[in-house]
Amino acid sequence: MEKFLSIENAGMTFHTKRGKFEALRNVDLAIAQGEFVSLIGHSGCGKSTLLNMVAGLINATDGAILCNNREVRGAGPDRAVVFQNHSLLPWLTCFENVYLAVERVFGVSDSQGKQAESKAQMKARTSAALALVGLTAAEAKYPNEISGGMKQRVGIARALAMEPKVLLMDEPFGALDALTRARLQDELMVILQKTGSTVVMVTHDVDEAVLLSDRIAMMTNGPSATIGQIVSVNLERPRDRLALAADPRYIECRRQVLEFLYQKQLRPAA
Amino acid sequence: MKALLLKHAEMNAVRELALPAAATSAASEPRLTAVPPPTAPTPWQRISPVLLKVMEVVGPPLLGILLFIGVWALVSASGDRLPGPVKTWDAAVKVFSDPFYQKGPNDQGIGWNILMSLQRVGIGFGMAALVGIPLGFLIGRVKFLNAMFSPIISLLRPVSPLAWLPIGLLVFKAANPAAIWVIFISSIWPMIINTAVGVSRVPQDYLNVAKVLNLSPWKVTTKILLPATLPYILTGVRLSIGVAWLVIVAAEMLTGGVGIGFWVWDEWNNLNVEHILIAIFVVGIVGLLLEQALILIAKRVTHDHPV
Repeated sequence: MEKFLSIENAGMTFHTKRGKFEALRNVDLAIAQGEFVSLIGHSGCGKSTLLNMVAGLINATDGAILCNNREVRGAGPDRAVVFQNHSLLPWLTCFENVYLAVERVFGVSDSQGKQAESKAQMKARTSAALALVGLTAAEAKYPNEISGGMKQRVGIARALAMEPKVLLMDEPFGALDALTRARLQDELMVILQKTGSTVVMVTHDVDEAVLLSDRIAMMTNGPSATIGQIVSVNLERPRDRLALAADPRYIECRRQVLEFLYQKQLRPAA
Repeated sequence: MKALLLKHAEMNAVRELALPAAATSAASEPRLTAVPPPTAPTPWQRISPVLLKVMEVVGPPLLGILLFIGVWALVSASGDRLPGPVKTWDAAVKVFSDPFYQKGPNDQGIGWNILMSLQRVGIGFGMAALVGIPLGFLIGRVKFLNAMFSPIISLLRPVSPLAWLPIGLLVFKAANPAAIWVIFISSIWPMIINTAVGVSRVPQDYLNVAKVLNLSPWKVTTKILLPATLPYILTGVRLSIGVAWLVIVAAEMLTGGVGIGFWVWDEWNNLNVEHILIAIFVVGIVGLLLEQALILIAKRVTHDHPV
């Protein structure tokens, strides 16, 4: 398997007022191009911390994170993040929120000979990204004028519009109701089928992890958490949630994750 | 009122038309007579909800003002030093009938005095904004500058505005720039502090977006920091202009020239107490208008967004 994104022996130690706190230790994970990997674990196990390390929002204190054979130091638009709380800028319209990202990525020439795109090209990109998530009609609206599900879709459009090497999602549907969540999961699968993006997603939802992932990395409880076990989800795509509900392979994957979370890693007082 | 009267007439017409019909139906179905026929609301009943609403809004403030004038009248009637509301009103009508006369440097209309004071406040406050807001921005953004400036700010902020006047007179050697200097130095603090607090409280989520997009410092400032801080800056501006207007009266009393503060002092020397009372109202009303104008601007430029 060709490694595209690799987390090598990474660790994270925070220096708090009450001394050192080792959140993560010896985390190893290699992800291939186009692969969808979920990180699942009990709350507080450090899965979001691990995602932020990959994003470069915080730097690993041990080990290394490599993306496309280059060490991750600091955040950058090649690793787009879909935040849990969408993090749209409330003073910009949906279009402007996405355009800000597009302009940053495509509005500059770089040393490798990439030419800066024209405004018209970038506007077309922005519209295309919003059309991809079905929000063409809401382009001119401000984030506080649209629903939570729509905001999250704008967040996804913003990330996808940057054409990132890796798409990082931190519980992207965690704040949504079950019906909206299911619809967005289906939409996301269709979009990823088109874009072939490499995705790392943090979730606490077992069904979501099995439905969307190629592999599920399950994390042990902190402190000093690490990846305890990896489940491969060998289900062909496109996947259909109704058909899968009775599929024995789906049920087996689900059972494995549940067993890990509720037998091997059950919190004594959760 | 015309519309209401018209509606009343229409209602009567409707009732007259409805009456014979009701009578015939009552005759054919006698059991229904036990139910009283629905009466059309009288004009008073129709007006009273509207009137009650209006009274709810206007009533309490109106009552407060009346009470204030009543107490003022009582106090002035019990002694002969303080002029009463009627006497003050008469004097005010005379003062405002010719607000822009000019009879030499020390005798000018109330309009000129107000405008001169506003001009000083405008210059002093404007310079304070030009210096204070960028400075607050830097202090909020750079920890080193914050640590460097906070002791100085903590030390100088509580100083009474008028204590700065001698320094101004010493440096500028003239009354007018000294008054402007006092406005500047006393109104700069709320803007520095509010801007700095606003910048340091920009939600981490927005800064994470800036990091992921790897935005340039200019874009971070214009697209994220400034819009996120704007409500704080405007609060600082509002507090500052309040302080500036408070201070100008006192400063002008000491520096002289033309201005509402000097006018008060001049009228005190003339023992024209009515004019002093008028000046108090004028200062209050202008201050209120300045504040309301800024609240209006704040509402215009800030997006109501949950932070």
